[in-house]
Amino acid sequence: MPRAPWTPRPRGTPTLTNDRETTDLRGRTRVDLFEYQARDLFAKHDVPVLAGEVIETPEAARGVAERLGGRAVVKAQVKTGGRGKAGGVKLAGDPAEAVEKAGQILGMDIKGHTVHKVMLAATADIAEEYYVSFLLDRTNRTFLAMASVEGGVEIEEVAATKPEALAKIPVDAIEGVTEAKAREIAEAAKFPAELIDQVAHVLVKLWDVFVREDALLVEVNPLVKTAEGKVIALDGKVSLDANAAFRQPEHEALEDKAAANPLEAAAKAKGLNYVKLDGQVGIIGNGAGLVMSTLDVVAYAGEKHSDVKPANFLDIGGGASAEVMANGLEIILGDPDVKSVFVNVFGGITACDAVANGIVQALELLKSKGEDVSKPLVVRLDGNNAELGRKILNDADHPLVQQVDTMDGAADKAAELAAN
Amino acid sequence: MAIFLTKESKVIVQGMTGSEGQKHTKRMLASGTNIVGGVNPRKAGTTVDFEGTEVPVFGGVKEAMEQTGADVTVIFVPEKFTKDAVIEAVDAEIPLAVVITEGIAVHDTAYFWDYATQKGGRTRIVGPNCPGLITPGQSNAGIIPADITKPGRIGLVSKSGTLTYQMMYELRDIGFSTCVGIGGDPVIGTTHIDALKAFQEDADTDLIVMIGEIGGDAEERAADFIKENVTKPVVGYVAGFTAPEGKTMGHAGAIVSGSSGTAQAKKEALEAAGVKVGKTPSETAVLARRPLGG
Repeated sequence: MPRAPWTPRPRGTPTLTNDRETTDLRGRTRVDLFEYQARDLFAKHDVPVLAGEVIETPEAARGVAERLGGRAVVKAQVKTGGRGKAGGVKLAGDPAEAVEKAGQILGMDIKGHTVHKVMLAATADIAEEYYVSFLLDRTNRTFLAMASVEGGVEIEEVAATKPEALAKIPVDAIEGVTEAKAREIAEAAKFPAELIDQVAHVLVKLWDVFVREDALLVEVNPLVKTAEGKVIALDGKVSLDANAAFRQPEHEALEDKAAANPLEAAAKAKGLNYVKLDGQVGIIGNGAGLVMSTLDVVAYAGEKHSDVKPANFLDIGGGASAEVMANGLEIILGDPDVKSVFVNVFGGITACDAVANGIVQALELLKSKGEDVSKPLVVRLDGNNAELGRKILNDADHPLVQQVDTMDGAADKAAELAAN
Repeated sequence: MAIFLTKESKVIVQGMTGSEGQKHTKRMLASGTNIVGGVNPRKAGTTVDFEGTEVPVFGGVKEAMEQTGADVTVIFVPEKFTKDAVIEAVDAEIPLAVVITEGIAVHDTAYFWDYATQKGGRTRIVGPNCPGLITPGQSNAGIIPADITKPGRIGLVSKSGTLTYQMMYELRDIGFSTCVGIGGDPVIGTTHIDALKAFQEDADTDLIVMIGEIGGDAEERAADFIKENVTKPVVGYVAGFTAPEGKTMGHAGAIVSGSSGTAQAKKEALEAAGVKVGKTPSETAVLARRPLGG
């Protein structure tokens, strides 16, 4: 059964688009993997990788290092770049040293990310570093392969200053990466002739990862040639599409639930599309676009009221039953930063009388549960059955609830209340 | 004339027998849409009664088109079957397929878009994850409430559902030729540019309102298109000025996206193309009234 568009549903923590710019507030969820998880997926699809295991305590490094033959690279597992420069990657010559290095790295802070896990990987003599990736090319509505023989950490600079050194080859979604396509990519990137076969093979396998795992991004940087001439994926970044959960049941276990903000985690458990922000005006609305717009209008209004800002993004979707409203209000009233709440609903499919009943019942429900219900609510209802909805709120005459007819006016009132 | 959808449109519904399909078929019928059939292979040959209107169920899109002359399909099937439903519509070469279903995996959308393109692009796809389109007073293909506004001379194209409704409501006294909700997914069929082109050519549209939001570079490309091709006044709105900045995962995204994708960048691109851009929906409505003498 299709969901009504914009009805809330269990989603991952709303994360980010894979094209850098913004938090994805539309509920499309992207699951970004740690390096070790990417390595495991690569291994599953026969992409050549180095042996490696992830650990969470220094002592566990001993056994792993022994299994790897004594020498190991100890790598911090964080979802940010620059860990090498921050001291998050160290070479250990023997198991005792592996324990010591793991102890140094675990708990380290790298650009605001605490290191909870390290991966110990086998060592390799690296002769060359390359770059390959597959991703969605949103503009051209197709997939894109990128490859360069000038890999390593400076690939973005290569792309900016020497664009000819980075091959960008469109990949047809239906045809995918065949042997022939893989060779085309490898040749376009000017891989040495003796490596074309190996690189093409790796590309075909990486495409398997990209398609069979419903990835939005598969990036290998660096792809290395070892001193023995073998091509290996040394470090990988993978983002998965949570919309494919129906055919990827194993992906849920890959989500990093510990990292989520507690309010976001609680909202997710209730199936709400919620993102915590750092302002004071709690926001509830229906439809991602309208809620985004509400954040803007509140921020503008805040400029006149001690610069208060939106405290969150919360899209309750089209349903807006009393229960959904109660869940949403509970999350928002539970945010200690919130000083006032703005409920902004345009009734399209949703009837405003149902929304109004939802608000009234939600406040009763929360009170009966012993929740602290003391923050003022500003409600703006328009559209389907708006007059009926307004009447219900007027009749309920709840001391905390006030109605304002327009979105701009209501935003101003909510900002004013948050500033006081 | 309006664009893409007129009172002559004969509409079928893929997934009409499901609960969402039934609910919205009823609403579409109530707003005057000529619904000529539903598609469900397991219920072919039966009919569904919508408050007195008997709508036949066909086994496939091709059969439904042959039997009824349908030229529009609205797709409500669940996300895991949507790819196949769109491919069936494309194979049948129906001129317009409106994909309402949300939560479709990007690989599926990329696949059916590729498929439709390789088939020669005979089927216009709107969506996925969109509210559909309405030509007020004539036909309604999707879930946009028909009673917000009346027929008029504004063309509206929007990435967002509820913002579409909000804008229709703000300008309800003027009315709209056609309102198209194109959806905000990373891969969509009909784009802002497709709708702008159609509105430019539509004799019934005097002014175009376009609603964008953060992410991607569709608005920037629309701005380039407007500069070269659109002579009618265009008023814009972009949501998400205060949305938090995202982080970069790996290097690929940073390399490939030509635009910053921020609302500010989109606003500036549109303004450089002569589009008046409102800061809020209500300000946008005020801007839209001016060229119309409102």
